[in-house]
Amino acid sequence: MAASKSGRFPITQTVDASDPVRASAEHTVREAYGRILALLVAGGSPIASAEDALSDALARALDRWPENGVPDKPEAWLLTTARHCLIDQARRTKTAAHHEPHLIQMIEEAEQRMQVQTEFPDERLKLLFVCAHPDIDPALQTPLMLQTVMGLNAQRIASAYLVQPSTMSQRLVRLKQSLKGSDIAFAIPERDQWASRLNAVLQAIYGAYNAGWDDHENASLADEARYLAELVCSLLPYEAEAAGLLSLILHCEARRPARRDKDERFIPLSEQDHALWDDGMIAMAERCLGLALRMGAIGRFQLEAALQSVHAARKVTGQTDWPAILAIYERLLTINPTLGARVGQAAAIGQGFAPKQGLAALAELPHDSVEHYQPYWATRAHLESKSGNIAEARDAYDIAIGLTADRSVREYLLMQLAKLGET
Amino acid sequence: MQYVFLLHEDQAAWDALNEAEQAEGVAAHMAFVGALNEANAFNSGAPLGPAGQGKLVSADGIHDGPFADTKEQIGGFYMIEAANLDEAIDWAKKCPTAQYGRVEVREIPDYANG
Amino acid sequence: MQFAILFYESADDFSARLDPARTDYWQGWASYSRSIGQSGKLVSGAALNGPEVGATLKSGTVQDGPYAETREQLGGFFIVEANDMEEAMRIAARSPTAGTGAVEIRPVLPTTTSED
Repeated sequence: MAASKSGRFPITQTVDASDPVRASAEHTVREAYGRILALLVAGGSPIASAEDALSDALARALDRWPENGVPDKPEAWLLTTARHCLIDQARRTKTAAHHEPHLIQMIEEAEQRMQVQTEFPDERLKLLFVCAHPDIDPALQTPLMLQTVMGLNAQRIASAYLVQPSTMSQRLVRLKQSLKGSDIAFAIPERDQWASRLNAVLQAIYGAYNAGWDDHENASLADEARYLAELVCSLLPYEAEAAGLLSLILHCEARRPARRDKDERFIPLSEQDHALWDDGMIAMAERCLGLALRMGAIGRFQLEAALQSVHAARKVTGQTDWPAILAIYERLLTINPTLGARVGQAAAIGQGFAPKQGLAALAELPHDSVEHYQPYWATRAHLESKSGNIAEARDAYDIAIGLTADRSVREYLLMQLAKLGET
Repeated sequence: MQYVFLLHEDQAAWDALNEAEQAEGVAAHMAFVGALNEANAFNSGAPLGPAGQGKLVSADGIHDGPFADTKEQIGGFYMIEAANLDEAIDWAKKCPTAQYGRVEVREIPDYANG
Repeated sequence: MQFAILFYESADDFSARLDPARTDYWQGWASYSRSIGQSGKLVSGAALNGPEVGATLKSGTVQDGPYAETREQLGGFFIVEANDMEEAMRIAARSPTAGTGAVEIRPVLPTTTSED
């Protein structure tokens, strides 16, 4: 993958194995990006200035470390260098003369800390919460998190959201400009706002995961989302929904090797070879879910993870516990009645009991909502087919295919449709 | 039968023309449409925005246009009726783009008639 | 706003048109066209036969040989109505060609002749 087209983030997204020192430098820098950026912002610098300063520091690191070797405390080196860049920036713009003492003070404090401790306090959580501030357009919260905490460039983020890279870049720049002048406080919100802000953070991370889920070329967006979920979980070990989200993501990741065959063809869950499911990841997912449930604060992500847990159990028991699935859906729909969940419930009714009952559940969904909703039509097609309603099944497959953007899924549906014709 | 004319034009050359020259160019196309209409041969047509402002979607993801890295880009199209390729070519010769750019004539397949 | 969606199909796509075993090619296009048609956003469109049965004119005369030697050739186009480029791109992404070839989306310029 090429370096960022904006030129601002000079690191390649994959590590260059042919140059081990550079590779080590890049790895360190990549690992530290979010932490250092968060510290710079915590010190009072606007996000855009912090990114520029960090970008300069990174460029210098990648310039000098291959020659001089990676320093003993590379993150400290980067932080100090970035703070020096901020001072230079401030001097050049002449607006921040009164900030200088503050920045210099921060550098001295940081240098003292470096002598004393090896670990930086993690300010990334604060950064995530800032990104989820309600005044920020929800559609931009996830891209902002991906860019600031994970250091992804606009091109990577844009492809996943089917947005032009230049547009995504412009939006993020404009957003950060507006954050400069705003009152958005860089602080953990008060207790009464905590729950909704955390929920926004989790939703944004889940959104990123889903964007990467369908995109097999860019599967690493899913990896970034998983990393964020792990981060939030580790920073907030007593938040049940954070553990629930991580469990959900791990369960889905565990099955990734089985989603496509060697020819890139789509394999639906019911036909997946569970020998290909990652046992270690499933075990981790189960531990997270167990921890979450014991906290006694049930929520949407825990319930979705529970659904995945039941599906995963098929590996051990050889069958799917449909009554359990349906019980979970009932609960889920009382707290989070999304269209996706309702279609999922109908599919479970159809598969677990009778296709006709599943169709009846689908029929209860308002026509306007489902008219262009691909999962509805794919589920309907399957259930119509199982019910022997071939004409309706053909129609539903036809509509589903026209709504499908994923090539492998489209080919799968085309094949199912063709099979109908053979009877 | 139906045919499409793909008008391959040099955007830079067009941008370099002055207003009067551009107006002349547009007028020439409108005259061409007029002639097609009189013969009941005109179906539709439109100019396209600059290729550099287009976007590409493929299995590789999203990229900025243009599709091909060539000096000439598709600047517009016409859809016409003609009895056969030779008649379509006769019309294409009258299209202003055939003088300053390239006109690519393509058949629209007639699936209804096998 | 109107957008032109240009479908650049692969050689495999073109040969699928004539291959009786490749019903998936036609079904994919039928489903997609129906979907866009039903959304009310399809203004016009056409499949195109390949350049080998067409012709290229330059300086008023017919040229020998194909116009362009690219891996993918224009195989058809849609003109669609959409609120913005992003919506047009989402429409384009559902096409069969988005997975097998390349799809170009360009704004259609308003003409003095268009009344609608």
